[in-house]
Order: sequence, then C-alpha cells, then structure tokens
Amino acid sequence: MTTATVTRPSTKERESLGEFLLRAPAVGPALALIVAIVVFSLSTDTFFDLDNLSTVVQQSLVVGTLALGQTLVILIAGIDLSNASSMVVATLIMAKLAAAGTNGFVALLAGVALTIIVGIFIGGLATRIKLPAFIITLGTFTMLTAVSKLIAGGQAVPVTDGLLQWLGTKRYLFGGIPITYGMTLALLMYLGVWYALTKTAWGKHVYAVGNAPESARLSGIKVNRTVLSVYIVAGLAFGLAAWQALGRTPNADPNQFQLGNLDSITAVVLGGTSLFGGRGSVLGTLMGALVVAVLRSGLTQMNVDGNYQDLATGALLIAAVVVDRIARRQQS
Amino acid sequence: MRQRSLTALALAAVLATTTGCTVERHWGGNTNTGGSGKAKVGLVTKTDTNPYFVALRDSARATAQANGADFSALAGQFDGDNDGQVRAIENLVQQGANTILITPSSSTGVLKAIKDARDAGILVIALDTATEPPDAVDATFATDNFAAGQQQGAYVKAALKGAPPKLLMVDGTAGSSVDTQRHGGFLKGIGLTDGSPEIKGHTAANGDQSLAQQGMENLLQRTTDINAVYSMNEPMGRGANAALKARGLTNQIVMGSIDGGCEGVQNVKDGLYAATVMQFPKKMAEQGVLAAVEYAKTGKKPTGFVNTGSAVITDKPLPGVESHDTAWGLQNCWGGTK
Repeated sequence: MTTATVTRPSTKERESLGEFLLRAPAVGPALALIVAIVVFSLSTDTFFDLDNLSTVVQQSLVVGTLALGQTLVILIAGIDLSNASSMVVATLIMAKLAAAGTNGFVALLAGVALTIIVGIFIGGLATRIKLPAFIITLGTFTMLTAVSKLIAGGQAVPVTDGLLQWLGTKRYLFGGIPITYGMTLALLMYLGVWYALTKTAWGKHVYAVGNAPESARLSGIKVNRTVLSVYIVAGLAFGLAAWQALGRTPNADPNQFQLGNLDSITAVVLGGTSLFGGRGSVLGTLMGALVVAVLRSGLTQMNVDGNYQDLATGALLIAAVVVDRIARRQQS
Repeated sequence: MRQRSLTALALAAVLATTTGCTVERHWGGNTNTGGSGKAKVGLVTKTDTNPYFVALRDSARATAQANGADFSALAGQFDGDNDGQVRAIENLVQQGANTILITPSSSTGVLKAIKDARDAGILVIALDTATEPPDAVDATFATDNFAAGQQQGAYVKAALKGAPPKLLMVDGTAGSSVDTQRHGGFLKGIGLTDGSPEIKGHTAANGDQSLAQQGMENLLQRTTDINAVYSMNEPMGRGANAALKARGLTNQIVMGSIDGGCEGVQNVKDGLYAATVMQFPKKMAEQGVLAAVEYAKTGKKPTGFVNTGSAVITDKPLPGVESHDTAWGLQNCWGGTK
C-alpha cells in the first residue's frame, strides 16, 4: 500500500515529462543550447561577446535555412538528401549569370527557380509514382552534384554583384548586436513557416500527412497536394539558402557544403523533430542549428581538435534521438 | 551443326563482353610491354572534375597525341575513392596498357592493384602523390609538398621582417600525407615546430571554403593578435580571407597559400593573400607520358622521386625568397579561364 503510493507519483512525473517533451519538442534543444552557452561563457573569456554571438548565428544561417526546408520534408515523413547540392547548383547559377552581366535580381530569381523546380521534380515523383523520398533525393543528390561540377568546370566563381552579397554585407545594430540582413531574412522565414505550420489549415494537413497519410486521406485531406506543396516550399527555402551562402562568402564553389544535406538533417533531429514524421517544430530546428554552431565556435575557442568536435556533435545527435524515442514510448 | 557453332559464337561474344575481353587484348596485355614499340598510356586521377586533375589529364592527352601514344583516362568518383581507382587500374591492365600513370587517392589504398599491374610487366608511375612505401611504384613525378610548404613559410617569415610570428593555421584533411607535408614544411620555413607558443590556434577545414571561413571566424574570436596565417590550399585561403576581412584584419597579417590554380593566382593579384606556391601538374603529366613513350621504345624505366618543382607567386617580392609575379603566374597557372 505504502509502496504503491510512493511509486505512483514518480511514474506519473516521468509520464508527464514525456508528454511535455512531445507537446513542446523545442524545449530539449533549447535547454541544450542554454547549457552549451553557459558552459562556454564560463570556460572561455571570449565566447560571451555580442559580436561572437552574432557570428555564431551567421555561421548557422546556411545550414539553418537548409534545415528549415528539411524540417517540412521530415514532418511529412520524407527526407531530402539533395537539398545542399540543389543549393550549391543555385549559387553557381546565380554567380555565373551575374558574372555574365545579368542583373543580380534576375540571377537570384533563376537560382531560386532551379531549387523550386527540383522540389517539383521530387514532389512529383513522390506523389505520382510513389517512390520513397530517400531514393528520389539520393538520385537527385548524385545528379545535382555532377551538375554543379559541370557548370563550374571545377572552378569557383567569384561574385561581385551587390544584391547577391547583400544578405551578408549589410548590417545594422539592434541593442548593440550586429544583425545582418541574412539573419533578418532567416528569422522572417522561420516565423513565416512557424505561422503556417501552427495557425493554418495547411500546417495541420502537413502534420496529419506525416502522422498517418491514410487517415489524412480518409478525412478529406488532399495528401498528394500537401506533399507537393511541402517540396515546393522547401525548394524555395533551399534557393534562399543559396542567397545566404553567397552573402556569407561571395564565391560559388562546387566543393562547398558536401555534407550540407547531413548537417541539415542533424539540425532537424537535434531540434526534436521525429524522423518518422508528424512531430516536431521549426523552433526546435532553429535551436538545433544554433547548438551545432555554438559547439563548433566554443570548442574551437577552447582549442579543441576538430575530430573531438565531430565526436561531440555525433553524441549529441544520438542523445536527441534517444530522447525522442523515450518520449514516444512513454506516450504509448 | 551450324546451329551449334552459332550458339558457341554467341556464347563467346557474350563472354568476351562480360569479362571486358576485347580485341585490344590481342595487341595489348602482357605482350605489349617495354621495348615493343607503341606506348599505350592509361591515366588514373583522383577525380575527373577537379581543375587540377583536368589540367593534368589534358596535358597528358596532348603529350600522348604529340608522341603517337594511345591514351585513355579514368578516374575515381571522389577524392579518396580507392575502390574506384583499383577498378580503373584493373580495367587498364585488361585493356593492355603498358604504362599506368596514377595520382593515388591514398598513399596505401591502391598498392595491391599497382603490384598486380607491375607484376604483369606494366610501368607504373605515381603523379602528384607519392605512395607509401615510395618504391611501390617505379617512379614518382610530383611536387615536393614539404618543399612547397617550406617556401610558403619562408616567404611569410621574410614578410614579417623580423617580427615574431603570431600564427593561425588552416589545415586540410587531418592525416592526409599532402596536408602533413605542407604543414610540416611551412613550420620549418617559418622556423617553428608544432606546439610552439607562436602558433595561436589551428583549424582543419577539409579543403572546404565555407568550413575554413567558419574555423577562422572561431579562431579570431580566440585572438585577433596575429600577424600570419597559413592556409593549406587556395579555396581555404579564400574562406579564411572572408573571415579576416570581416574583422578588418587583412592589413595586419601575411597569409600564404599553396596550389597555383588560376583563381588562386588571381587572388594574389587581388590582394586576398600575399603569396601562393604554384605546383605544376602539366609538367608531371608531360614527363609521365614521355617516360611511357621511352619505356615503350627502349624498355627503360624511370626510378625514384622526380620533383616537378614549385614556385612562389607574389606581387610583393622579398629579398631572400625567389618568386615570380602574378603575370608570370597567370601564364603558368592551371585550371579555369586564363
């Protein structure tokens, strides 16, 4: 009798923690982020510095924008292995067109159009022929990597166009923190997608399709249309990531971001979004992308070898999946 | 009877196709080795898209054509694709090459295939990257990467004009032989050793420009009290420059790089870094093919390590460091549109 009364509350506590994490998947990564920032701020005298914090955010912009699109794709239980290669092709298209004298805005549109077309291609195959996203995007990844090298001829393309660099070069101060337009754009994109996911019918459809596509279909949701729209919106994000990349380094190089696809998946998973679809948030992804950049920055300032940095990131990734699993098990 | 011979013929054709056993086999293979006349040269590069290897391949092809040698080029799919290179070597042996020129993806990964080729009487020359041990191949025509790094270090040291170095290092892929040699050569040239307090930090960026930029940004957060930067190749030099530029540090530091790609020389001309050390992939390829032609004619094999040289390219020449200006550099660089 007494044992029962002792154990029951603790079980209930654990259950409620699991439920809490399911309800608010961004809490875990937010905690990790805060812990990392506190640890690095205490252990180095250079980390906690407004300029540095701004730099860390800028370092996570490209992967963070890739991860925004990737979150949507993973929410519908898909995956996009080709997002970074699609982005790299877009940077090359933008840079080549600008170098040939094309107006910067037109070059930008052409790059973004490419990533959207890739999204339509992937979404089309996923919905019409019902191929697994993993296979489609693996093929697209291989093709786009080749295309990027063919376009570049192995040579990086310098960019001097003002508009293409604008996201990185223009900055203003906000409460003493240097903010680039790239940071502003990323924030607006995250807010936009957050709003669309949480406040609109489309967002509810995305979660429903990710959770159980058949039930979603039976309840009248146009599953194919939702899936296609996700790949298109994600494609738009990848195109804007290309713009972010040129803002960071005004140089389109086909050998960049070779692991960008995996980096974006890392950010999404660290952010608490389930690889099985239907659960997660863009807020978590934002935290996930920031955690990786914070780790890199802090550990470099502590003079920790790069291999140990990868080791730490990998361990954190597995920890995030374990938390996801425990949360799901306690829910069921 | 006729039916049966037709079936046999078809079967033979299928077998020949599936085993890659072509007509070339008759005039090639083990019979067509040294001294038998016509050179048949196979080139295996690390990849076929990197401008460095494109320049090497184009030069090899041109030299082969000019000397009446047969030429075929194969490549791994990515840097580090040992398996792809082994398959390429096997294909070339099968096709009856009498010389194989290879830029090994790893210094040890393709040794067994090279040994099999040499056992079959084929001359094997390593280009660009030495094997471990070096005598796994007949000869190596390559840049002495240690010497290239040393020239870079000597230039940076001279540019510091006696000021004690405060150095940040952007390395390539940790553990690769080229990375180790350039890194070690640079430290020797500037007069430091690993662990010297003058080294204020280092980051490994795998040759990726964006990673080099991030790594440099993080190092600069550690300290901006620096006057020298080592970058292991030119794309990483561009990334490091972006980080230095954002901090307004480009004027107080001397950065050197290595490679000699046309874009890198242009970077030097534009002032992104003070100097680069040029390698000569065209020369490696040219000398490799000429050795193959010689071998086919006379059966004479080259031996040992042949340094194809390296040269400092800068528009700010310094006493005591032999260098060429960027105009010379743009005439002799590899890759891209000149």
